[in-house]
Amino acid sequence: MATESHGEAETGLVFHPMDQFQVTPLFGADKVEWFTITNVTLWMGLTIATIVLILVFGARGRALVPTRSQSVAELAYGFIYKMVEDVTGKDGLVFFPYIMTLFMFILVANFLGLLPMAFTTTSHIAVTAVMAMAVFLAVTIIGFVKNGFGFLAVFWISSAPLILRPILALIEIISYFVRPVSHSIRLAGNMMAGHAVIKVFAAFAPLVLISTGIGIVVTPLSILAITAIYALEVLVAFIQAYVFAILTCVYLRDALHPHH
Amino acid sequence: MLEGDIVQMGAYIGAGLACTGMGGAAVGVGHVVGNFLSGALRNPSAAGGQTATMFIGIAFAEALGIFSFLVALLLMFAV
Repeated sequence: MATESHGEAETGLVFHPMDQFQVTPLFGADKVEWFTITNVTLWMGLTIATIVLILVFGARGRALVPTRSQSVAELAYGFIYKMVEDVTGKDGLVFFPYIMTLFMFILVANFLGLLPMAFTTTSHIAVTAVMAMAVFLAVTIIGFVKNGFGFLAVFWISSAPLILRPILALIEIISYFVRPVSHSIRLAGNMMAGHAVIKVFAAFAPLVLISTGIGIVVTPLSILAITAIYALEVLVAFIQAYVFAILTCVYLRDALHPHH
Repeated sequence: MLEGDIVQMGAYIGAGLACTGMGGAAVGVGHVVGNFLSGALRNPSAAGGQTATMFIGIAFAEALGIFSFLVALLLMFAV
């Protein structure tokens, strides 16, 4: 992606907006192979380290009146616990650890990706597709284990008129198999689009350095735009993690209670 | 005057056209949130329990816009 020439220095465009998503090997390796440590590995490791710092070391005190870091951990735990209980029901709480893991990983990866010079691991479809496929396979297997062939009732909507049911079944089957695609692309697309837009405005920002009058207007505007979009991205980073987790809950509810 | 090949031109025009799909997603998300708000203002006590449903609706509407963004990206970088 984006290996062609990146424009001349005097136009201000010295980088391509998609350059930030390039996977580069670290520690002297010259190409990416199976176990090469890349910037993706590094930022995923930092994500895990941050989660451990918040959830394990932050909540270590077990104080009755929580400290600041302990209340962050408690807030995240309580928020996801309530969401799983509300959406999936009491019997879905067995899967709470899995959804909590997914939510915390995506949330922290999104937030760490917002740091300047950071790499957003969740902007790669390869990363999100693994998570979405895991959810899809887990939901399908859980559905068949819990309900046997009764799980197929999820495609056969018994509240609809009999004539419509085969057509609805076809639509339901298609939408069932599109789930992992939309689940993964929603997260990756949102992260990628936001970061690319920030980089596009960042390319306009140094125009003032060039003696062309227009930069006086464009530079403050683009810096304002970067600030505004950055604030939006902080919101999007949280909402996309929340949406990924809540959709996992919705799919689990279908697997546990297939009868509409 | 004209340089480059016509296939590339088609890909770029297609990428631009694919971006119109995002407008549809914007209309959809606005519709979901607008209707949620008009319902929530009539019965504020029931609104709190339905925010999760609103986010699910937003996510489904938005995913289709993201698909068009993906088609644009594929046309720009993969075709």
